[in-house]
Amino acid sequence: MEMSWLYLVLCVGAVICAYRAMRTTRILVATLYLACISAIVSIMLYMLKAYQVAAIELSVGAGLVTVLLVYAISVIGDDAYDPASIIPKPLAIVVTLAAALLMGVLALPLVGLSGGGDAATAIVSMRSVLWQQRALDVWIQMVLIFSGVMGMLGLLAEGKSRQRSGLHTLTEIKGQVPQSQEYVQANQTSLAEKTAPQASPEGKA
Amino acid sequence: MNPEWFTPQNVILAGIIGLMAVGLYGLLITRNLIKIVMVLQIMVKAAVLALVLAGQASGRAGTGQSLAATVIVADTMVAVVGLALAIQIRRRFNTVDVSEVSTLKG
Repeated sequence: MEMSWLYLVLCVGAVICAYRAMRTTRILVATLYLACISAIVSIMLYMLKAYQVAAIELSVGAGLVTVLLVYAISVIGDDAYDPASIIPKPLAIVVTLAAALLMGVLALPLVGLSGGGDAATAIVSMRSVLWQQRALDVWIQMVLIFSGVMGMLGLLAEGKSRQRSGLHTLTEIKGQVPQSQEYVQANQTSLAEKTAPQASPEGKA
Repeated sequence: MNPEWFTPQNVILAGIIGLMAVGLYGLLITRNLIKIVMVLQIMVKAAVLALVLAGQASGRAGTGQSLAATVIVADTMVAVVGLALAIQIRRRFNTVDVSEVSTLKG
């Protein structure tokens, strides 16, 4: 029964952190709440004897994703401008309650099934399942990580390459996008070349 | 003193439903792109917890845990690409409001 109280405290903490992360006006604070949720979920996973999943969740959820969010905030700015939603709030509340009720009804058969099990057996079982029975999942994870990193690098490098080339200023409005030094120099030299032929005949005359 | 239904499984199940509900409500009312990524993260954390709990309850802990690990990796990639998109959208359109971006062209 003590375990139930401990789980209750952790669950309430996770839900409060989730609500605060959603309602806070600063994205950086919301990021910290998200890291707290990750830590609480990791503790719960550890208590459920899913040690490896808990380690992955803690390192990825509370570490990597938090760092990525802080980096994004440093680029975008801590602007949590969040205008009124298109969906009315009462409708959103009704939809949420209906979904929660449905989830409760669907998950109800879970209650009362056989639980527990030895921790060592669970670890060995996960190893064998992951590397032998579900080897395709491991390959898909590798492909996901590779494609995700490539996609992120491509998306982040796109703006810089366009900015370096200066081509964007031909199609976009001046002043909205910062112009590169190379583009400014090229523009100045082209202007100088245009004015030079006009000046040379005068010199000859 | 404690009622019969007050077991760890039921408590975790209630927590999972609570996290899912908060995430769904945030997804419905939020228009900020970064916050959308965050509420997706909250929902996926609930899903990971549910997978592990379902594995424990059904006696197939290994399957649940391996699926949970796969979901964590996939969710991280979603966050990475979503944040990179948010940065690009902010650079191009100077906004992170998804409804505003959907009406823009260029």
